[in-house]
Amino acid sequence: MKPKPDGHNDRELRVKRITNGTVIDHITAGQALNVLRILGIMDRLEEVVSVVMNVSDRKKDIVKIEGRELKPEEVDKIALISPDATINIIRDYEVVEKHRVILPSRIEGVVRCINPNCITNTDEPVKPKFVISRGERVELHCMYCGRVIADRIADFLI
Amino acid sequence: MQHVITIQDFSRDEIDRILDRASELEPVAHTGSSDALSGRILATLFYEPSTRTRLSFDVAMKRLGGDVIDLGAIETSSAVKGENLADTISVISGYADAIVLRHPKEGAARMASEFSSVPVINAGDGAGQHPTQTLLDLYTIRKEGKLNKAKIALVGDLKYSRTVHSLAHALSLYDAEIYLVSPDQLKMPDLMKGGLIESGTEIVETADIDDVIDVVDVLYLTRIQKERFPDLSEYQSVVGSYKITKETLKDVKDNLIIMHPLPRENEIDPEVDASRHAIYFRQSFYGVPVRMAILSMVMG
Repeated sequence: MKPKPDGHNDRELRVKRITNGTVIDHITAGQALNVLRILGIMDRLEEVVSVVMNVSDRKKDIVKIEGRELKPEEVDKIALISPDATINIIRDYEVVEKHRVILPSRIEGVVRCINPNCITNTDEPVKPKFVISRGERVELHCMYCGRVIADRIADFLI
Repeated sequence: MQHVITIQDFSRDEIDRILDRASELEPVAHTGSSDALSGRILATLFYEPSTRTRLSFDVAMKRLGGDVIDLGAIETSSAVKGENLADTISVISGYADAIVLRHPKEGAARMASEFSSVPVINAGDGAGQHPTQTLLDLYTIRKEGKLNKAKIALVGDLKYSRTVHSLAHALSLYDAEIYLVSPDQLKMPDLMKGGLIESGTEIVETADIDDVIDVVDVLYLTRIQKERFPDLSEYQSVVGSYKITKETLKDVKDNLIIMHPLPRENEIDPEVDASRHAIYFRQSFYGVPVRMAILSMVMG
């Protein structure tokens, strides 16, 4: 069998190619399950989802979602934990769209505030909201108490 | 509709306008009365203890001819039945023309503003913001000394004090030179210092008050708050670190002013009260004209 450009042949493929759907590639190694959490796919699993971790000498994870094309606004928030991820939309085995995730300027209801005394960490009917800035590192500024999350963002995913 | 949630929401021009209005209203704050807010009702909701802030809002509203309703003791309010703040605000904003809120949770006032149909004024949210205190501090410095390019020492609890955090930001708008004087345990958080430096503010950090007391125009002291310390032994080790006495003041500038948001514990010896430098009781009074200016701004 003729090898594919990535060095695999069809028998060696770890996960088969999808007919239609979304492939999220170049996810920071180890973050694939958190990506599913951010996308809310863990809560309402309807699609066939394949997760490959530590591909290519442990450099990246890949998530494949069959039969569903994720919109950029749905996916961009994964840039919080995986800024180099790319989104590939697949139709009839072909990549018809490909783009890198773009960090949104605001997020709501994705991450909880680091400050235990923040009003968003109470029973009040309010979702945590953050303004995001990206200098040397990604920073989340709580729009209620002003505290900043800069490290271990994945630890604060809701 | 204008809420007053954090001092960061205000530009220097907006702050100057509030201070100018407070200056116009100061004679009324002393003895007079006005009908500027006649027929208007202010609701004061204090979920934490307060004397100066609560009473000065009360007086400010009444001097402007308005009326005040309050939550009363928290034990008699529906909060004890488990009503959340959002519902309380939705209800009270139907009764009043503006709401003053003090709450133990940071961000409470911001959230309240999202549920309120009338202006919300933050009177302190946990260790977060207290913008009307900052405005009265700025008013005091402008009236009793000079605000632009002031050399000011912030002394004591620079880690937990919301007053200091808001004031430092506001001073950066006026090109102040800020001296941060605190024990190691109570140093200003790096993030906040970084913000000041980024805004071009000159800051000097020291643990020794003697390094700065003779060069500054304003000495701003803070109470070291027991309730902000998770560990009582940590509190005891730092309390009383910076006590001002007559002796401490022997070589200070003639025009030095000493400020304190009050209540004090033992940061300032009572013998200093009679000194020309001591202006903290006048500072407390200035809360009335400044809050009059704020009330007339949001309800006018």
